[in-house]
Amino acid sequence: MLSAILVMAGIGLVLGGVLGWAAIKYRVADDPLVEKIDAILPQTQCGQCGFPGCKPYAEAIAKGDADINLCPPGGEEGAKRLAELLGVEAKPLGEGLEPKPKSVAVIDDQTCIGCTLCIQACPVDAIVGAAKQLHVIVASQCTGCELCLPPCPVDCIRMEVVKEDLASWKWRYPIHAMRRVA
Amino acid sequence: MENYLLILIATVFVNNIVMSKILGLCPFLGVSRKLETAIGMGAATTFVLTLGSGASSLIDTYLLGQDLAYLRTLSFIVVIAGIVGFTEMFIKKTSPVLFRVLGIYLPLITTNCAVLGIPLLNVQEQHNFVESLFYGLGGSLGFTLVLVLFAAMRERLEAADVPKPFKGISIAMVTAGLMSLAFMGFAGLIK
Repeated sequence: MLSAILVMAGIGLVLGGVLGWAAIKYRVADDPLVEKIDAILPQTQCGQCGFPGCKPYAEAIAKGDADINLCPPGGEEGAKRLAELLGVEAKPLGEGLEPKPKSVAVIDDQTCIGCTLCIQACPVDAIVGAAKQLHVIVASQCTGCELCLPPCPVDCIRMEVVKEDLASWKWRYPIHAMRRVA
Repeated sequence: MENYLLILIATVFVNNIVMSKILGLCPFLGVSRKLETAIGMGAATTFVLTLGSGASSLIDTYLLGQDLAYLRTLSFIVVIAGIVGFTEMFIKKTSPVLFRVLGIYLPLITTNCAVLGIPLLNVQEQHNFVESLFYGLGGSLGFTLVLVLFAAMRERLEAADVPKPFKGISIAMVTAGLMSLAFMGFAGLIK
């Protein structure tokens, strides 16, 4: 009986020691703040803030390199929640980043030359097409980030405001949750 | 040496832990959706299982013996959980990508019955320390082999024209059954 207790206690002690040592030796500098900021950001990965996605922007905010008012899809509401989380003054969205009405990109099929440049620019893979084939935008996936506009050599992409009806109406924030595809 | 080689071949092919002992089915079906995850899971399990098998054998021989044999399951689980915890920290530090890919399945190695099953089989077959190591290594290599093969097949099944009622997990089950049948072909290779 006593030996059983001693054996189990001994195993526990040794393992506890090893794990404690490993916890110090293999510590990963994890910033929980980044996760919290990332959770507030709308995850459109649109890049309008100047960072390649929501996570890098969250990291920049956490480090203090970026302001909290650079996210148009998040809007005033998002900036306000970020301000609450970080304990700073809320401020209106930055210059040229005013929230626009929700819109989707539409490709003019008369002009599109099938160059695939917009496909490479799309952060959410919402453009379908192949070289020298007409490209089409999957409206349900499009986040309206306008990143496909600048690379188009023939300016055949335009933004169309989505009219609000019963099917497309959403709560104001978050704008629309990203669907996990893969 | 020949003995160890026989143990390896026997555990990888003939007495495959998944296909003939029906252990470790949870990760077999859970992590076999993609080839990369399967390889990562196989590698992590191989590491844990080989270490766990050796450590359990040492504990059984030197700490427990015949008097405390009733502590086997308990102490084996504790040791395996410790090794898994260590592996988790190690992978998190060395390969964050693999850590994210494995996700919940990494701590779930603890509850992978193959990982507890092999040390218990070691005791049953009265293997010594080195034999236990090889048995653990062979068992986990067999597990990895089956997992990787199965994942490769499931990746192809995704694209295949499967009848609607069979889509998803049902065709995976059918495939697993056929694979198990195929592994029966190795029976009689050794012993």
